Amino acid sequence: MDIRIDGVSHAYGATEVLRDITLDIGEGQIVCIVGPSGCGKSTLLRMIGGLERPEKGRILQLGAPPSGSLNPLTYVFQDFALLPWRTAAGNISLVLEDHRLSEAERQSIIRDVLARTRLADFADALPKQLSGGMKQRVAIARALAVKPAIMLMDEPLSALDAQTRELLIEDLVALWQRTPFTAVYVTHNLSEAVRLGHRIVVLSRRPGQIRDIVEVRSDLAARSVADPALEAHRLRLWHLMRDEAAAADAELIDG
Amino acid sequence: MGDAAATRARLSQPDAVTGGSATEVPFRGAGFRAGRRRGTALMVFVLLIGLAEWGTRAGWISSLTLPRPSDVLATLAELYRSGLLFEHLLPSLGRLSVGSAIGVFMGVTIGLMIGLFSIARAGLVPLVAAIFPIPKIALLPLFVIWFGIDEASKYALIAFGTFTPMVVATYGAVDNVDRGLIRMGQSFNLRWTSIVRKIVLPGAMPGLFSGLRISLSIAIILLVAAEMLGAEYGIGAYILEAGSLYDLERLFAGVVILSLLGILINAAVGQIEQRILRWRS
Repeated sequence: MDIRIDGVSHAYGATEVLRDITLDIGEGQIVCIVGPSGCGKSTLLRMIGGLERPEKGRILQLGAPPSGSLNPLTYVFQDFALLPWRTAAGNISLVLEDHRLSEAERQSIIRDVLARTRLADFADALPKQLSGGMKQRVAIARALAVKPAIMLMDEPLSALDAQTRELLIEDLVALWQRTPFTAVYVTHNLSEAVRLGHRIVVLSRRPGQIRDIVEVRSDLAARSVADPALEAHRLRLWHLMRDEAAAADAELIDG
Repeated sequence: MGDAAATRARLSQPDAVTGGSATEVPFRGAGFRAGRRRGTALMVFVLLIGLAEWGTRAGWISSLTLPRPSDVLATLAELYRSGLLFEHLLPSLGRLSVGSAIGVFMGVTIGLMIGLFSIARAGLVPLVAAIFPIPKIALLPLFVIWFGIDEASKYALIAFGTFTPMVVATYGAVDNVDRGLIRMGQSFNLRWTSIVRKIVLPGAMPGLFSGLRISLSIAIILLVAAEMLGAEYGIGAYILEAGSLYDLERLFAGVVILSLLGILINAAVGQIEQRILRWRS
């Protein structure tokens, strides 16, 4: 299943946040969306998943979601959005309980995704007992449990410290290596974008427009922190964004 | 190895940097933290009661002003021995539990409706705001007409008194449920009933419990008012009778029972709360 964003524009009252965005998201690819803060990248992501309605333009699903997909468009949130009163396994169970699955099927899905995110030993832990990185792993496991066609990741690593972020990037790469998934990955962190993105979409400051699309061709697993080719991409992105970010930073926030 | 030794040497000579005058940075982070002081509350009680006992014995508190604490204790003991304690306590507990159960249940139901449906919010919030400040005791004659002089009017008064704070606490608690969690539920296509049952209700629990504490305290206050009319037995009736006879020992004995009841209920709610809200950090 592909997603086509077709001429999407949006405004909150008098504030125009997105202007004429057209973009195709192909299967098996991670598309990163970067841009200065307030450029509407999270709004765009909410529209792709149907949590918000664009004023103009359309979001189209091309083709049918793969059979067995319980929730084709699935989010991973920045603040994890785990229910604090449920254990790790319980949080994953939550999103399966409304589907017609036998208890055994449900348990086997939960076991499988916990194993894939290396959380098997933490199934019965409450969120308050888990570190930030672990919580986000649970959230990723929950997303995997519904077999998404496309994962919509809204700054999933922004609430984590640099070391944990590095570990989670490695985890995401390993997950993608095993079963390539489609993802739209919104971030303001350019290093994350060049590590995880097959294509990197650069948005301008508000109103967000596509300034450029950078393709990073190297294999995800082969990318590393010190890779000079990645650094070149990162610098190029930074040059694209620098002035926009500075201008966005200097803007007054309308009350 | 050489590096480590050099580092250690540098660290062990702080005076080299300050030129010899080293003073420790004063600590100023103390205070403003709630610490546990076991037994302090008990000390305060013992001190106050001891003072009253001393004053009434020595004569600088007249027996018309305050009964002697030991006499109150003796009255309590007598009440217990004669079996009258339970004859008064049981009807009161019955009224308290039935009345507040009705009030709390209806309050939570209406509060949930206000929290979940905008039409209920628009229609009921002003009504609740209008009802809340009415002194429920003032409506007692009306309740007697509506529900009769028997138990029903007493249940109604207590129910009505616990209802309004519970409504306000409940819809406040629903409003305070993390919107991010609800959006998460929607993004996973959870059914509306699932979102209410598995996200909104548990998320509102902490707020419900604080509402419950307030409501149950109000219920105890209203118990005395409810027993003003046509109650032969009951702690409230006992206190009122003692008051009209100016029997201070019995009056205070009744007050002590109500206080203990309040403490017990609060402790019980605290226990349940701790068990149910174990997930809170």
